Order: sequence, then C-alpha cells, then structure tokens
Amino acid sequence: MTLELRNVGWSVGFRKIVREVSLRVEPGEFLGVIGPNGSGKTSMMSVLAGIRAPSDGVALLDDQPMGKVGRRNLARRIGFVEQQADTIDRITVREAVSLGRTPYLSLLSPWSGMDDEIVANALESVAMGGMADRIWHTLSGGEKQRVHIARALAQQPDYLLLDEPTNHLDIRHQLGLLELVHDLPVTVVAALHDLNHAALFCDRIAMMDGGRLIAIGTPADILTSKNLRDVFGVEADVETASNGRCHIRYRVGGALDMDVETKKGRVA
Amino acid sequence: MIALLFSVTGRRTSAAFAALVLLGLALAFAASVGETSIPIRTVMDTIANHVWGAGNAVDPIDAGIVWNYRLSRAVVAASCGAALALSGAVLQALLRNALADPYLLGISAGASTGAVSVAILGVGAGMFGMSVGAFIGSVVAFAFVSLLALQAGRGTGAIILAGIAGAQLFNALTSFIVTKSASAEEARGIMFWLLGNLSGVRWPDASLALPVAIVGLLVCLWHARALDAFTFGRDSAASLGVPVRRVYVILIGISALMTAVMVSIVGSIGFVGLVIPHAARFFVGNRHGLLLPLSALIGALFLVGADVISRVIVPGQVLPIGVITALVGAPAFALILCHGRVLR
Repeated sequence: MTLELRNVGWSVGFRKIVREVSLRVEPGEFLGVIGPNGSGKTSMMSVLAGIRAPSDGVALLDDQPMGKVGRRNLARRIGFVEQQADTIDRITVREAVSLGRTPYLSLLSPWSGMDDEIVANALESVAMGGMADRIWHTLSGGEKQRVHIARALAQQPDYLLLDEPTNHLDIRHQLGLLELVHDLPVTVVAALHDLNHAALFCDRIAMMDGGRLIAIGTPADILTSKNLRDVFGVEADVETASNGRCHIRYRVGGALDMDVETKKGRVA
Repeated sequence: MIALLFSVTGRRTSAAFAALVLLGLALAFAASVGETSIPIRTVMDTIANHVWGAGNAVDPIDAGIVWNYRLSRAVVAASCGAALALSGAVLQALLRNALADPYLLGISAGASTGAVSVAILGVGAGMFGMSVGAFIGSVVAFAFVSLLALQAGRGTGAIILAGIAGAQLFNALTSFIVTKSASAEEARGIMFWLLGNLSGVRWPDASLALPVAIVGLLVCLWHARALDAFTFGRDSAASLGVPVRRVYVILIGISALMTAVMVSIVGSIGFVGLVIPHAARFFVGNRHGLLLPLSALIGALFLVGADVISRVIVPGQVLPIGVITALVGAPAFALILCHGRVLR
C-alpha cells in the first residue's frame, strides 16, 4: 500500500507550478504539507489525488502509474477534500455524502442497503449523524467541511487527502476537525496553513516553496527558526512542549513597541 | 432485501409505465383538438388502424387529419420538448450554472444563420431545404464555440463565455442577411421560423426527432450518476472517479446534437430548455436518475400542450409556438417558484 510522487512536475501552459517533487506517503501516517501561499501545495495535492496528471515525472499508487490504475479504482483508494467546494444545488447532507459511493456504483451494482449503511457510518464518524436530512446550504462552514470529509470516507479510501481543511473555520472547529481526522483509521495527507496545527497533529511535515519540495521530516526537523525565516519570512522561536510536540512563537518586529498613547498622537 | 429491491424496481417500472400512459393520452388529446374537433374514439381507432392494422371503420378525412397532420406534429412536439428539457438539465449540471440552456452553445443562433443562408441567400442552390441549412449552421456554430472554449481554457466559465460570443456573432450574421437581402414577406417568414414553428412537420420529421430524443434520453440516463458527481464541481467529480473530459465530450456532444436536430426541424423554441429542468427539480430534487426522465416528460407534455394552444387560441391562425411557451410557461414557472418557496 503506497502512494508516491517521483520527480513530479505540473505546469499550466508554460508556467511551472510544481517542480521535481518526490514524495512517499507512509501507511498510517498524518503527513502535513506546508508552504507559503503560491508554493504549489494545492497543485501538488491534486496530482497526489490523481485528479491532475503530472506534466513531468510519475504519480504512483501501489507502484503503478495512476494513469494505468483508472479513475474509478483511484477513487476507491483515495478520498480528496478540496478547499471550500460548494454547490448551488438544493441537496441534503445524506445526498452529499452518498456521492462518495459513486466509484462503486454501476448499472450492474446499483445502490443497496450496504451503501446506506456505509453512508450512515461515514456521517457518524464525523458526528453528523443527526443532521443527515439538513439541506446543504443551511450548514455552517465547519459542518460543510465535515460533510465533505464524510463524503470522502464513504469512498472507503486508504488515503484521505485534505487541502487546507480548516480554512475559514473558527478555532474550535479547526482543532475539532483536525482531531477528528487524526483519529480516523486512514492515512492522511493534509495541506495546512497554520504551522502550530502542523506541529500538533502531523507525524511528518513536507515543506514546499516555489513549487519545490524543499524538506520533509518530523515537525521538530522542519519547524526550525531558520526554516521559518528562509521559507516563510517570519522571525519565530520554536519551543518544545513536555509532550515532545513543538510550538512556534512568532516575533513581530518593532511595530509592537509603539504604545497606544504614541499612536493616538499619530492618528490625531 | 430482495423484496425491497423488487419493490424499488417495481416502483420504477410502474412510474415509467405511468409516464408513457400520460404521454400517450397527451398525444391523443393533441390529435383530437383543433379547428375541427375529432372525438378521442376516432383518434384511438385511427392509431389502432395504423399501428396494428385493426381495420376499424373511420372517416378517411378525419383519419387523415389525425394521422398525417396532428399526430405527427404532436410526436415531433413531444420529442422536441423532451430533448430540449434534457439538454438544459444536462448543461445546467455540467456547467454548474442555473442559467445554462440548450441555446447556450450557439446552436440556435447558428441554425438561424444556416436557415436564412438557404432561404434568403440561396446557399446550396435548392439542393437542400431550410432544415438541412439550419442543421449545418448549428453544427458550424457549435464547432466554433467548442474551439473557442478549448482555446480559452476549458473551464465551465470559458464554455459559457464562448457560447455567448458565438451566439452574438451568428445572431448578428442572421440580422445582417435578413436586413440586407430579405423582402418584408421573407423577413416575416424568418421571424416566424425563429420563434419556433411546427406547421410543416410530418412523419418523416417525427421519424428523425423521436429516435434522436430516445437515444439522447438513454445516453443521458446512462450518465446520471456521473452528473450527480458534478454537484461540487469538476474536480470533485474527478475525485469521485468520473472521467470528466470524456463525460463532457459525450454529454455536451449529445446535447448539441439533440438541440441541432430539433432546431432544424422546428426552429428555436425558447424557454423549454431553461425552465423545465428547474420545474422538475422542484418535484424530485437534484438526483439525475429521477431528474432527467422527469424533465424529459414535463418537456414533452409542455410542448404538446403549447402546440395545441398555439393552434386554437386565435381562431383561423397558428401562433409561433415559442410565443406560447413563454406566455404560458413564464407565469406557470412563477407559480412553481413561489409555491416551492412556501413548501420548503
């Protein structure tokens, strides 16, 4: 059971968005992908999910090029949750999650009681069982994101890929969602923008910059003051908590030295 | 479990049967109503005579009116309504746009240019009629729009914008040809044709329209689950295992083909393709396994009804059916919209 990119590049026209990325996802891990805006995280994730074919190199599932694995088989192995996918259609939560069964259904194997069960279980595992009949557009951002995850789980995947799943959620839902994903019995690859979340939840972190994968390793290896300065352009101290997880404390330059009285004078 | 399966398939079969009965009744009704009213009984006898040689005694004039004029016309209307509603439903799902309709792809504009090229400019030198000209025009316009959309970047937005550009271009060409070369009489005829006109249709037209509509329905139904998967957009569909590009080519292709055939037979009847799918959604929601057949059914019934109204509403005159579809359809749709809001 492997998911791997070998020297993968991906371009739009002549613009190279992802360059020479090689990456192997280990079974059972929570792999975080970090990097500044525009570093190619989303594009790399969609190649890894098999929804974009790489322009260079090869994306492999079980050592087979994804092109040969076939769309339906890929969808049975990899669940992908995009950034903020929304719809204008009037559908219920259950219908949205049912879409996850698409790769298993055909004329010869129509919807069955087993599919109902899988959908119900997927809803339970994101704690949305009681909201199955709610209409999609009445949900909050956090609930929508959980439904997306349930939809991906209904695909019964080995790999769950999440592209910035906590965007636009309040802090309680950000942490709740990541905890939930962390405890699911699947291998997770998640692009994250909050570095402290990456430090808290990830077993390994892949760091991207300018379309390249520049480092991969444990949170302690990757989240160093030097990397934060070089890649993200911020000054920060990294502390290690008693549980061995690291924590980032950002330093903001001289701007905070100005007290409010001085500022009042300036504003006036 | 097997019992459940049976009851589900049973329900589906009986729903399909009910739909066909309803459609049959609508066709019979359409064949009986008109300037000379013909009893349903005669209509049924005539149909029985023609379909399985029942040998019923019917007045030959009545039989002629029913079989040669009204029934062929009603079959074309039904096929056309079903095909347009189906194309609209498919395009709205694929392009993620509630305003998508079959004419979005520049097809009706191209058809009108093709038709006026034949009728007014005499392109083809009498080798073929307005219908063939319209079909060629719509294919050319669709090819133009597709190429433009591919060049512009393949997104759903690109297709819609390319369609608008194509429609504007071909509509302008039509207006140019009409204003430059047409006599007042020709211009009126063209306007009538552009609004949709079922007057001239006979069995040969029906024998083209009906198979196209049926094949179109089957192809779309085959892709019903794939269309469901587009609920959250293209990438989401791809991640659910849908071969997005292939589905695009097949479904946009079949929609374009259905629309081109229908437009070339009856002109561009508006409103059906845009509004019927929305009406159907109010009844069965967004699952395409139900939405597509229901859209086709409502489209067929609606257009058969609209055709009857267009024949009888002004005595001694047949109105363009496009006028009726909008005049009757718009208020009906407004009712559904308001009622739907109360219901939910």
